[in-house]
Amino acid sequence: MEHHLVLSIVARILIPLIMLFALYVQFHGDYSPGGGFQAGVIFASSFILYGIIYGIENLREVVHPSFIRSLAALGVLIYISVGVVAILKGGEFLNYNLLSENSVTGQHIGIMLIELGVGITVASTMIILFYAFARP
Amino acid sequence: MIILYINIVLLCLLVITAIAINQQDNLFATTMLTGIFSLLSASLFVCLDAVDVAFTEAAVGAGIALILFLGTLSLIKYKKQIKNRVSTLGLLIVIITGSFLIYGLQDIPAFGKPENPVQIYLADRYIVESKKEIGIPNLVTSVLASYRGFDTLGEVTVIFTAGIGVLMLLGRSRHNYKGIVSREKP
Repeated sequence: MEHHLVLSIVARILIPLIMLFALYVQFHGDYSPGGGFQAGVIFASSFILYGIIYGIENLREVVHPSFIRSLAALGVLIYISVGVVAILKGGEFLNYNLLSENSVTGQHIGIMLIELGVGITVASTMIILFYAFARP
Repeated sequence: MIILYINIVLLCLLVITAIAINQQDNLFATTMLTGIFSLLSASLFVCLDAVDVAFTEAAVGAGIALILFLGTLSLIKYKKQIKNRVSTLGLLIVIITGSFLIYGLQDIPAFGKPENPVQIYLADRYIVESKKEIGIPNLVTSVLASYRGFDTLGEVTVIFTAGIGVLMLLGRSRHNYKGIVSREKP
């Protein structure tokens, strides 16, 4: 859209910052408010901003709908496989204590991995919803 | 003390927004007011020290949900077709249900009391033990991701399923067979 020069330039500056903030919320969720759910939504909002300003067709070229569909499944898969790994190590489903020798380190690893899964699923589901509702 | 006044102001604004949403005929204005409603409830959550919930409410309620509403509005006409009118039966049911709810409020424990059931059951254990067991400063994350990991798995699955449901209902028609587009531009 060449008419909205201001919008497209502001978006070009904002989108990387939004993505960076989403990654901060994702990986700093152990220490400050935030986590996978919020980070996923913020990350998706950067793509949605791109789609609104540069057009849905361009966004479809950036992230292909079938790719984003498999990403949504991948997030749930990461989450469940952390639980299954805990079973294989001889514990209960989602018992992070066994992911490492030290139980506190195991908890850290487990929480980081499942938050990553949550973030991936939430972000890609939001983009799927946007694709479904947005006018082409 | 000042937090009490802030709470009162925010709750009054919430009620005003709710009434305004009810009075609107224009769906675009209703959507915008819904966003304001979400933002106000997010500020209420901040006052309640539930920063994580406020974060989610602001991002999802005032951000993404608003965008999805606007996307839907661009596909349909945004003037409400049905006129608002007062139905006597509906008013009666609402008044009776409301008075029962207010009557039921008297049994609810007072706000923020330390001896409330929600504070004495398990909360102490989380606060005392989670530093040792999990070692993460943000208690909300450790409850959400570790102690209640199975619940969170359910939540993620719900979001995933919702995405699949929307795809099954709406995803294909837009992409493969361009019914809506070609009808609008003959």
